[in-house]
Amino acid sequence: MFDSLADRLNSTLTDLRSRGRLSPEDVAAAMREIRLALLEADVNFKVVKSFVETVRERAVGDGVLGGLNPGQQVIKIVNEELTALMGTGAAKLRLKSSPSVILLAGLQGAGKTTACGKLAMLLAKQGRKPALVACDVYRPAAIDQLQTVGGQAGVPVFERGADVDPAEIAVWGVQQARQQGRDVVIVDTAGRLHVDAELMDELVRIRDAVKPDDTLLVLDAMTGQDAVNVAETFRERVDFSGILLTKLDGDARGGAALSVRAVTGVPIVYASVGEKLDQLEEFHPDRMASRILGMGDVLTLIERISENVDADRAAEMERKLQRSEFTLDDLLDQLRTIRKMGSLGGLAKMIPGLGKQLRGMDVDDRQLDRVEAIILSMTPQERRSPEIVNGTRRARIARGSGTSVQQINALLQQHRQMKKMMKGLAGGKMPGMPAIPGLPAAAGTAHKKRRKKR
Amino acid sequence: MIDYGRMFRGLDGGESETPTAPATEQRRGLLRRLVDNLAKSRQALQQQIAAIAFDPAADDVFEALEEALLLADCGVPATVEIVRRLEQEAAAGGLRTTEDLTAALRRVVADLLAGAESRIDLTARPSVVLVVGVNGTGKTTTVGKLAEHVRRAGGTVVIGAADTFRAAAGEQLETWAGRAGADFVGSTSGQDPAAVAFDAVSAAEARGRDVAIIDTAGRLHTQSNLMAELGKVRRVIASRLEGAPHETLLVVDATTGQNGLQQARLFGAAVPLTGIALTKLDGTAKGGIAIAIAHELGLPIKLIGVGETLDDLRPFDAAEFAAALLGAPS
Ligand SMILES: Nc1nc2c(ncn2[C@@H]2O[C@H](COP(=O)(O)OP(=O)(O)OP(=O)(O)O)[C@@H](O)[C@H]2O)c(=O)[nH]1
Ligand SMILES: [Mg+2]
Repeated sequence: MFDSLADRLNSTLTDLRSRGRLSPEDVAAAMREIRLALLEADVNFKVVKSFVETVRERAVGDGVLGGLNPGQQVIKIVNEELTALMGTGAAKLRLKSSPSVILLAGLQGAGKTTACGKLAMLLAKQGRKPALVACDVYRPAAIDQLQTVGGQAGVPVFERGADVDPAEIAVWGVQQARQQGRDVVIVDTAGRLHVDAELMDELVRIRDAVKPDDTLLVLDAMTGQDAVNVAETFRERVDFSGILLTKLDGDARGGAALSVRAVTGVPIVYASVGEKLDQLEEFHPDRMASRILGMGDVLTLIERISENVDADRAAEMERKLQRSEFTLDDLLDQLRTIRKMGSLGGLAKMIPGLGKQLRGMDVDDRQLDRVEAIILSMTPQERRSPEIVNGTRRARIARGSGTSVQQINALLQQHRQMKKMMKGLAGGKMPGMPAIPGLPAAAGTAHKKRRKKR
Repeated sequence: MIDYGRMFRGLDGGESETPTAPATEQRRGLLRRLVDNLAKSRQALQQQIAAIAFDPAADDVFEALEEALLLADCGVPATVEIVRRLEQEAAAGGLRTTEDLTAALRRVVADLLAGAESRIDLTARPSVVLVVGVNGTGKTTTVGKLAEHVRRAGGTVVIGAADTFRAAAGEQLETWAGRAGADFVGSTSGQDPAAVAFDAVSAAEARGRDVAIIDTAGRLHTQSNLMAELGKVRRVIASRLEGAPHETLLVVDATTGQNGLQQARLFGAAVPLTGIALTKLDGTAKGGIAIAIAHELGLPIKLIGVGETLDDLRPFDAAEFAAALLGAPS
């Protein structure tokens, strides 16, 4: 089993020769993997279908960006499309009136009652004066639970037992809150199935009675394919304005968040990340994209490569490789490009799979410093034609760079191997310099075409 | 009417008894039930139409099947396996009509779930049932319903409140114990859950009750300290009574997606599971994740939750479940 889409795509696409753009077969293979990864992350089947179609169109049309291998290129497209779907920047509550009313609704067991307490706590921290109203008159001890939670959050809880109509309790609760000078009222409701006509009618009555500034759908991050049915029905009936995603502290990929966002267009406002009352956060859609795909930080890595690799230089490099002209100057150049992206250890951690392998191993940036020092101590002619570096020259270079003759031998040896390997791959992809000790295969293929601007 | 011989092993009142819902639980009244039933038959009709769409002669029937299974949360590996087996039957010429296909699907799904005992084993005296799961799946409600059905099947029950963490969890469970006419062993907030479990088992033994059912706090399978706590609850039960717990049920919400597999793996690693209680099947979620779990871990589904009242618990029936997966009426 693959851990993530990044691993999957890399393993499907690593054998591919670079062609400046993805071939139809590459695209088909990549789309299969994306489809599987999204389904495994619980993105709704129908949403997956249309999403994959969008990505396919772009993947066929776009050229491959210099510095990215085909797998990374596809991930980049996937990420951009995911981000477009999820939205960027954090969404905010409206909270217009005074007191503002927030209505929480959702399926049974989604985590509404706890969410009420957390939201109250968060709003209080932001200088608001929240109150809670207990409208779950069905589940045994739901009112007790809200009272306890309210007590822990230090906010008043208004309740009238379990024998009063919830809409009436809601109106009364808002009145109480106003009289006591509270400026936000959070209304807890019973969990209900979207197909339960009577209870959905009740929810509509509560909403019509208190006219909330915001209605939040509380959604369990572990929800599967059914999330779209739930969201569509709640949307039709109570037109919720935001989503509060719960249980994100688990290991669910949370594809339901994407599905729900895709079918309703409503933003996710909050994420609940633990059982403690202070574990509610504003939601960051960009982080969700990589969570759904299990991509770790590979996206950051791709961004850095995109920023640092100049497409023309990359093309030049590829031409040199093909003619087997890869000099020590070129090696130095590559090294510096990689160094610009951050520390080796940090880069390695961003590469799926590699981070794990390297854990506990010493990824040493000083080795790169050493290589750089050695090359810099050579004359331009030595860098172009390393074969002229004889014993005397080696001793001089070792002295100049503060290294040993053995280390210089090792570098020259590695450079020869790299050159040989690259010659073998004429026109093929440039391995990301695996020969340098401790250096991950980061920068992949160099290509001639620049990706079209969108 | 439930055939308790299909739900339990070891209760002699095991023959069917017509359930009579106590007044307390008819919380939404007669009208509500009527509306519900109407809604359900409308749904059933729609589902029937959907089911008819699976014509084995159609070119894309297996694609459509695959879509239905994925939409039911069966997950990719189990879906691929089911479709592969059906394709084999089709290639052998065994599937000509929609009925053939539905029947074959029932067989295949039943096969995937087969071998494992799907009744709750209550042969020991007392028998101990430990109920575990992630937050909000329906553990407490299932404990209440299970106690009621054990009673209807002729058994006596002690319920132990080992959720000492969540606010008002004890009160909630005590209400259910009252409804089901079961003894209740309570706890105080923050008390060691293992100690509560110990007390409940002791109470069942001392009072000569047939079954002790232990409710535990919801916890995410990724919280290793809480999983260790669960392991301790089990160990304490095991050392208190040999052979106990006789059943350890993982309560899985039917709306759960592929994360359910991970839940089953990690809960199973902390406490050996004997079966799944699949809740909330009264919604539109199909609970296909239970098939994925059975497929990968061989864990049987033992109970089905279909609502929020005492009545709403059923023994598991593989054929019915399979039919419902495709949207066919059961
Ligand atoms: N529709 C429906 N709702 C159910 C079912 N089983 C439980 N519920 C509801 O789901 C919600 C959560 O149930 P609980 O029994 O409190 O769940 P739990 O697993 O004990 O929750 P925690 O102890 O908080 O982890 C309640 O509102 C129940 O009424 C079911 O089969 N169908
Ligand atoms: Mg509970």
